Amino acid sequence: MTQAEIKLCSLLLQEHFGEIVEKIGVHLIRTGSQSLRVIAHDTGTSLDQVKKALCVLVQHNLVSYQVHKRGVVEYEAQCSRVLRMLRYPRYIYTTKTLYSDTGELIVEELLLNGKLTMSAVVKKVADRLTETMEDGKTMDYAEVSNTFVRLADTHFVQRCPSVPTTENSDPGPPPPAPTLVINEKDMYLVPKLSLIGKGKRRRSSDEDAAGEPKAKRPKYTTDNKEPIPDDGIYWQANLDRFHQHFRDQAIVSAVANRMDQTSSEIVRTMLRMSEITTSSSAPFTQPLSSNEIFRSLPVGYNISKQVLDQYLTLLADDPLEFVGKSGDSGGGMYVISILTTCHLLSSFLSRFGSRCARIFRLVLQKKHIEQKQVEDFAMIPAKEAKDMLYKMLSENFMSLQEIPKTPDHAPSRTFYLYTVTILSAARMLLHRCYKSIANLIERRQFETKENKRLLEKSQRVEAIIASMQATGAEEAQLQEIEEMITAPERQQLETLKRNVNKLDASEIQVDETIFLLESYIECTMKRQ
Amino acid sequence: MASRGGGRGRGRGQLTFNVEAVGIGKGDALPPPTLQPSPLFPPLEFRPVPLPSGEEGEYVLALKQELRGAMRQLPYFIRPAVPKRDWRRLPRELKIRVRKLQKERITILLPKRPPKTTEDKEETIQKLETLEKKEEEVTSEEDEEKEGEEEKEEEEEEEYDEEEHEEETDYIMSYFDNGEDFGGDSDDNMDEAIY
Repeated sequence: MTQAEIKLCSLLLQEHFGEIVEKIGVHLIRTGSQSLRVIAHDTGTSLDQVKKALCVLVQHNLVSYQVHKRGVVEYEAQCSRVLRMLRYPRYIYTTKTLYSDTGELIVEELLLNGKLTMSAVVKKVADRLTETMEDGKTMDYAEVSNTFVRLADTHFVQRCPSVPTTENSDPGPPPPAPTLVINEKDMYLVPKLSLIGKGKRRRSSDEDAAGEPKAKRPKYTTDNKEPIPDDGIYWQANLDRFHQHFRDQAIVSAVANRMDQTSSEIVRTMLRMSEITTSSSAPFTQPLSSNEIFRSLPVGYNISKQVLDQYLTLLADDPLEFVGKSGDSGGGMYVISILTTCHLLSSFLSRFGSRCARIFRLVLQKKHIEQKQVEDFAMIPAKEAKDMLYKMLSENFMSLQEIPKTPDHAPSRTFYLYTVTILSAARMLLHRCYKSIANLIERRQFETKENKRLLEKSQRVEAIIASMQATGAEEAQLQEIEEMITAPERQQLETLKRNVNKLDASEIQVDETIFLLESYIECTMKRQ
Repeated sequence: MASRGGGRGRGRGQLTFNVEAVGIGKGDALPPPTLQPSPLFPPLEFRPVPLPSGEEGEYVLALKQELRGAMRQLPYFIRPAVPKRDWRRLPRELKIRVRKLQKERITILLPKRPPKTTEDKEETIQKLETLEKKEEEVTSEEDEEKEGEEEKEEEEEEEYDEEEHEEETDYIMSYFDNGEDFGGDSDDNMDEAIY
């Protein structure tokens, strides 16, 4: 874990879970797996607080535990999982586009709470949806369950590993921590629940629908009196599946940009067909015959078989190697490398200028090139070219390859070739991304802290106005309250809001880059 | 050592590589010497890529801010603990009230404190919720005490838990009863006679 990653994790944990969880989490990330007492001792926090923090972290899948010999339980933090927290809004929005509001809320609840039972999710989501509906209408549990089942079928939510059912013949004392197991087949198996009921509004919990049995009306504060039918079966959001979806989206849009809409549709069909058959990190999709593709094309595209074949040949012959010809399979990962290159290029464009990008592309194409040749091929004056080359070299985007002419490696008689290794350049860029997001978050926190007093004041005024409106106040009174915030203060608030929005949007954008770079690095490492 | 020192003296100004290749030709002025540290925010030469805007961008933005706010309200957000108070320095009366409530609440609270590393996460969450509420009440309670306000709010269960956590002993605080409450307890309905 690099320093930049640790810093980012610490900021994320602190923002979402508070300082105590942050301290424990960062300590675990830094030092690897440790036991409870050691954590408490090293961080100097009381045992109870450590216990609480660890509970929260385990609940959210950020920390895993393992029973070692002599009954000691050791906890280990997953740094990469913490970094995923940046991407939560993107996951939720994707679900919204695929499964509308119901799906969106389901995934949101799962992400906010880490793990939940299906009945708990359904209940919460139904209540939330009922809140937003008009008076008198309620959300039926069945509809929510249906969406849940669909999410499970497409693998967007998965079951958490559960406690193994031990037979009663086990005489020894129960282990200090359960070893949770999960059967591959069961991961997406939805339990057969008959969840009857409707969503409830928060205020009037007495207005239940007539047909609802009394037993299914538990209060939220006390424990449920009757056992939940799917007790012990917890669900979590399947982040890998979302990543696969993002990747497919990126590939399809890249194809659409390069060629036309139809070819992108073809690629999308191919990807969709291999969605579930291929694991999320495979370098290639399963080979698909053109007949299968033809059959699975969406209805709107009635192109004949020959045209489809032509398109496939076109895709296969494309120098970017989207589609490989070995039995018409799809080369998913090649595209990722292309996308990464494009990203690197665009980052150059923004930082160094278009000429630098030209040089970069040239070196990429030629693989190894001498300094003099760079000037000639790129048609850039020598001085500028040298300057840019050295700048890129110093930033580690390029590397030098020495080829000595003489055995004594005299510098004046050695070839120096510039070359680009995408992997190291990608790593460098990724590191930079982490740093930039950490900076963005810090700046946002700083801005918020500076204007804390003003923010609190405006919140109070809003609360007052809201309550007065609820009790039916006059226009004049409302205006009086609003004037409690003076005009320059209002301006300040506006500026603050604009800045915070900008910073947030930048975070989201950088996160997209991070996703691309991370998946590229991951699949390249797998291929080697 | 000797050769290096010698090289410096003899071949002054000569470098091992061909200077021209670097770009500093003969007679060209060297770049101006740097007299101060580079500016904190170097001037941006090129405009950055525009931020995502439009419906999708705004929706995701709103979602992000909403999530941030929502997570702070959830029970998973653990507030930092209240610092230890030195009871010797504060007026006694501020503590006694705590003790009195403690005695009433002991039997109810004890079963609620099994070890925290339980398997069932739902119970843990609810416990965290109640504990967090307790701590919130503790914080507000303590702050008011510190400011010396006179309002005696009858909120239950707060000091007990906090003191337990502070002291980290296995014994309940009231075990170390130093007899302060002896006179004050005559208000309660006690079955035994007081000698």
